[in-house]
Amino acid sequence: MAVKEPVTRAGVEVRLEELRRSYAGVQALNGVSLTLAPGELVALLGPSGCGKTTAMRLVAGLEEADGGRVVIAGADVTNLPASKRDVGMVFQAYSLFPHMTALQNVAFGLQMRHVALDERRRRAAEMLEVVGLGGLGDRYAHQLSGGQQQRVALARALAIHPKILLLDEPLSALDARVRARLRDEIRRVQLETGITTLFVTHDQEEALAIADRVGVMNKGRIEQLGPPTAIYSRPATPFVAEFVGLTNRLPGNVRDGQVEVRGVRLPLVKSDTPNGPAIALIRPEAVSLAGDGEGVAGPLTGTVIAVSFLGATSRVTVDLGDQIVLAQMPTADATTHTAGTKVRLTLRPDPVLIARDEKASAES
Amino acid sequence: MNRTRRLKLQLFRIVVFVVLGAFFLVPFGAMFEFSTRGNGVDAPRTLESWSTIATYPSLVQAILASLELAAITSAVMLFLLLPTMIWVRLRLPRLNRAIEFICLLPLTIPAIVLVVGLSPVYLWMAENLSDSILTLALAYVILVLPYAYRALDAGLSAINVKTLSEAARSLGAGWGTVMWRVIAPNMSAALLNACLLSVALVLGEFTFANLLGYVNLQVEINQLGQANAGVSIAVSVASLLFAFVLLMVLSFVGAARQALRAKPRPSDPRLEAVWGQKA
Repeated sequence: MAVKEPVTRAGVEVRLEELRRSYAGVQALNGVSLTLAPGELVALLGPSGCGKTTAMRLVAGLEEADGGRVVIAGADVTNLPASKRDVGMVFQAYSLFPHMTALQNVAFGLQMRHVALDERRRRAAEMLEVVGLGGLGDRYAHQLSGGQQQRVALARALAIHPKILLLDEPLSALDARVRARLRDEIRRVQLETGITTLFVTHDQEEALAIADRVGVMNKGRIEQLGPPTAIYSRPATPFVAEFVGLTNRLPGNVRDGQVEVRGVRLPLVKSDTPNGPAIALIRPEAVSLAGDGEGVAGPLTGTVIAVSFLGATSRVTVDLGDQIVLAQMPTADATTHTAGTKVRLTLRPDPVLIARDEKASAES
Repeated sequence: MNRTRRLKLQLFRIVVFVVLGAFFLVPFGAMFEFSTRGNGVDAPRTLESWSTIATYPSLVQAILASLELAAITSAVMLFLLLPTMIWVRLRLPRLNRAIEFICLLPLTIPAIVLVVGLSPVYLWMAENLSDSILTLALAYVILVLPYAYRALDAGLSAINVKTLSEAARSLGAGWGTVMWRVIAPNMSAALLNACLLSVALVLGEFTFANLLGYVNLQVEINQLGQANAGVSIAVSVASLLFAFVLLMVLSFVGAARQALRAKPRPSDPRLEAVWGQKA
């Protein structure tokens, strides 16, 4: 990568305060508050319709908030139009101006700021170098691949030296390999430039890989905000546990601050969970297998029905008779279990999150 | 596709091309033939009708008026319709159907009915504002609305107006810049089509001008036809030729711009070396 001069500068603090937005009576954003530290990359993660894109569009000024404030570098920009907010944005859809070359696209924002011709050409060329497209300035959008187009869009957003960079699912239109590569590129450029960045995605792997902190959104609210490791290993709510990573839903019984699942007592994340039937949410990596299940009967013995190779790890699907359980382990360990083998399951005593047992609740 | 099928397809294309060509060119040739007849049965061919076009001051005046009307109508139509359509698409998509209905309405109303409705307006304008023939442009804008709307709508549908405008706004562009420097250049073919249709309609318009008492090209040709049929037909052929040439020029301009943008450029070997493939 030919980066001649790193464009290092300090990021600014960005605050979203109690942002609200509804469409035709449907609450899309329900009091979202979030503070991005200077130079931090925060990813908003959630399913379609959870309000993550709406939050970003309110920061960009492309939508008007029903309530709340957007504060960028200490200034309230809630009522400023998009053109005056000093934000750089990369969109999900390819957004390069088709009648302009890559260089002209990157220089467009500088032209809007009345930067002199020579200076804007120099800065545009510099930004294309930063994103690794130094030699492609004279190409039009249709002469670039999807990944190249998104990198030009990134250069265009950064060229104006915005206070905040907004990335609205910029990788979702790309194929898997290009997506992973460009994700790393975005992170590299973000760290190099030190710009405060808000990244919106529905892809958990993307969010966990790129962000300093991840905010998991559901029904217009941020359910949990924290570092990727905390989001994955200590989910605050059943929704987060189920949305981020795979989760086994095993029926159990809560009693005295513990949950009993198929004869095994496990600690709870929330010790004040009321007693009664419940669904324990257990990660596949908290389930280990032993190959000595042959001839052994019990609630935690079952038959392997599939082994999915995922690279360094493999996922084993076990049929317990009344329940399917997933176990994830190093591939070397998984190879000993083939389809049809009887296995015995062990549940690691990690603190367990409880989901509402909808069936039991309905019956009661 | 086998050879016989390909030959049949080629033959079909040629037949269609010849039949349609004849459909357009035979009347055109007949008009030209008529305009070059001499006086008398055995008189030799002459270009007298053509050469005397410029000697009719009222005809020249009518040609100029029609050309001015075509230019004004196209400009006003674009100025009114394009921003409205973009604005509705971006900010008021619920009004899309209503705007379409209003724009297509003139297509369903006979010209004579429109004239009856517009005549009091023109009487008032003649008394209080101006009785210039150029005021006809107002009526012509209504007349060309359906055709211009369809052409512009196709152009707008071909680009991602929302994303392009949001990208431009986030880069600091105001609404005017978004419309004229981002959206309009990306639908140049649609703009040219809308203008061409407007020009063709205005140059061929007779009913409005005649019934409202103005003399444009078609009214003048009609009047001239009663005095000198040869000159009248020569002018008709000339105006058809003008529209045809205009269409050709606009098509080639559009095609040339596309070709310029599509010109392949060599890839950057440094990039290939770093990435191995396009990313």
